[in-house]
Amino acid sequence: MLGKTANGLFWMFRFLERSENTARMIETGQRIALTRAEASDDEWTSILQAAAVSRGYHAKFDEVTRDKAIDWMLRDKGNPSSVRSVIGTARNNARTVRTALTNEVWEAVNSCYIRLNEVLARKVSERDLPKVLEIIRQRSAFVRGATHGTMMRNDCYDFARLGTFLERADNTARILDVKYYVLLPSAMAVGSRLDNVQWETILRSVSAQGGYRMTHGHAVNPRAIAQFLILDRRMPRSLNFCTGKLRDNLGYLASDYGVKQPSNQLVDDLCRRFMSHDIEAIFDYGLHEYIQDVIGTLGGLSRQIEIDYRFYE
Amino acid sequence: MRRLNAMGEYFDEMNGAGEGVRAPYARFEDWFQGEDLSALKSKQREAEEVFRLMGITFNVYGRNEAEERLIPFDIIPRIIAAREWQKLSRGIEQRVRAINAFLHDIYHRQEIIRAGRIPKEMIAQNDAFLPQMIGVTPPGGIYTHIVGTDLVRTGDDEFYVLEDNARTPSGVSYMLENRETMLQMFPELFSQNRVRAVSGYPRALQRSLAACAPPRCGGPPCVAVLTPGIHNSAYYEHSFLADKMGVELVEGHDLRVVDGRIAMRTTQGYQHIDVLYRRVDDDYLDPMNFNPDSALGVPGIMDVYRAGGITIANAPGTGIADDKAIYSYIPEIVEFYTGEKAILKNVPTWRCSDPDSLGYVLDNLADLVVKEVHGSGGYGMLIGPTATRKDLRAFEKKLRARPGNYIAQPTLALSTVPIFTREGLAPRHVDLRPFVLVSPDKIDITPGGLTRVALQKGSLVVNSSQGGGTKDTWVLED
Repeated sequence: MLGKTANGLFWMFRFLERSENTARMIETGQRIALTRAEASDDEWTSILQAAAVSRGYHAKFDEVTRDKAIDWMLRDKGNPSSVRSVIGTARNNARTVRTALTNEVWEAVNSCYIRLNEVLARKVSERDLPKVLEIIRQRSAFVRGATHGTMMRNDCYDFARLGTFLERADNTARILDVKYYVLLPSAMAVGSRLDNVQWETILRSVSAQGGYRMTHGHAVNPRAIAQFLILDRRMPRSLNFCTGKLRDNLGYLASDYGVKQPSNQLVDDLCRRFMSHDIEAIFDYGLHEYIQDVIGTLGGLSRQIEIDYRFYE
Repeated sequence: MRRLNAMGEYFDEMNGAGEGVRAPYARFEDWFQGEDLSALKSKQREAEEVFRLMGITFNVYGRNEAEERLIPFDIIPRIIAAREWQKLSRGIEQRVRAINAFLHDIYHRQEIIRAGRIPKEMIAQNDAFLPQMIGVTPPGGIYTHIVGTDLVRTGDDEFYVLEDNARTPSGVSYMLENRETMLQMFPELFSQNRVRAVSGYPRALQRSLAACAPPRCGGPPCVAVLTPGIHNSAYYEHSFLADKMGVELVEGHDLRVVDGRIAMRTTQGYQHIDVLYRRVDDDYLDPMNFNPDSALGVPGIMDVYRAGGITIANAPGTGIADDKAIYSYIPEIVEFYTGEKAILKNVPTWRCSDPDSLGYVLDNLADLVVKEVHGSGGYGMLIGPTATRKDLRAFEKKLRARPGNYIAQPTLALSTVPIFTREGLAPRHVDLRPFVLVSPDKIDITPGGLTRVALQKGSLVVNSSQGGGTKDTWVLED
């Protein structure tokens, strides 16, 4: 398999994951705006931050408004992480690696691109927003289904999964990083309604309300949220879960190729951290510092994978 | 030869010259009579949807880089009888053999020039002649591994070769996808008619390329397809062929010279390639030997090639054989190397570099088709009978300024085949590009080929870049 192909698969799936995450962020923002009497456009400032698209936004617009924020995240071609940009990039990557994809995966990506270009061609009205977000979610589910159901479990699949889980871990870590202050013990003491909103934002933006309820019941408390998003082994967007998948897939590659790489070592170290730490220790260390650390390690892991598997010359 | 002018003079492949439906179309006609027009209309739309979904698109040059277009597909098949195909394929094989012999000769002893059959300046002053190929014999002695011979028909038994396309003929993916689409949409047609299969092409291509592996290849030959990248107009085809052959699709930056051979960067290090089916032009192939600005090629590949480290298909320098000026010499070339008369006719061609011919061409511009010697894709050509007076005057200027850059041919009365329109069947002009694979032990011609059709009523330009469409092409079993 070509290094270029591994690179293309990795990024194709990173971008597909990102489109879904961005859609979920918008959904969260919209939901909170609609259900909280006192919610203001401030909520969108924090949504933009959590989606890591706020710097570009502020370079273009002076003030944060709902309409502008949604359009920036959904459609703006000037935003490389807007859903429209990301789907275009994912499809370009898919074209580059066409020989590594099954017909079903290719057709799912291509029709996703065609359909989203249709629905995102014009500004999305508030009334159409839920429908559009649903289409985005559905279309990425088609791609995931085709991938799961038709791709050989070989190196192609491994690189696709690495892209997916690196992006997902990065996304979860970023949300925690932007919101870390509402999870601190001091926030618990405050216990204001604002904090309830913030906690809900966090859970919604990683599709975790249901899972959280099942695990921790209705009592929402920041320590349990942090525990759930960082350490829970069953929650498919937690840092522990994602890094476990990264370790598995890097392990398959190492055994397929018969070579252990530095990236195997890196991911082993990262996983060991989540297994040995408990949430108290993380808070003792400092939640913010801890998350910063994880984000840095994930970035390093991504770069090491590129080197180990010769993505570039 | 019949001319375009008088109306109703075209040969229609379904209806002949008005004497009723021709034999190859008899069963199709029965089927069509029983079909409902509106149901067929929705089938036509369905076909377009299939092509769009599968991403069978081409990029249009000179426009927005991201613009991808569908080549319109027409659901009415073009049908060729077994006996017609037999003669065509013999003629094509003869021509392809002669072209390979010509290429070998022209880069070695140049007997044909010594014999006075082709003037020396046709070669020496031709941009398509590569001095880097002098004295080089490609592995297996094959220059043109893949050929797409463009044919047109003017009568029941009248075929002409329009171009030989010996460099990098494209369109074979459309031939294959058109058939797949037809099989899916109208399976009953294939039960009622015995149509020769085309689906073996990718395997035959792989086999044919592997059979030309270079001397330095040790084990089973490793084949790869070289593409300029996703912005190339034929990228879909490049990835399609690599996928169907089960080989890697590489770009120049994936390749480098390792231990005197070409190798591709894989996730596990550099791996040797033995045969490179390149869809990159000669000029861009090797910045060290040709265009130094090229980012599409592989530095040093020509040196590896000359040392027998890799097979490049088609061989560099084959362009000299499908040059439009050389074209006019093909009948002589066939005779010179095979000792036989050419089975397929050439279109009479005036080389404008010759003053007498230029005079004739200028006097008769309104009746002729004028083409650039190095042009392709239907760009930069003049079709006299449909040109405005302004076009003619402008072209006259170009001709006088650079006569050597042009050839002229009579306007052929291209045959028509019906297409499906809102009003039912309507005749449109077509050409045919059969695909030929050449290896040391055999010449393999896929039955049929790509039929291109001018969708505009009366138009003679079938190129996809100029609004042409395609059809499934059937060769019937005996």
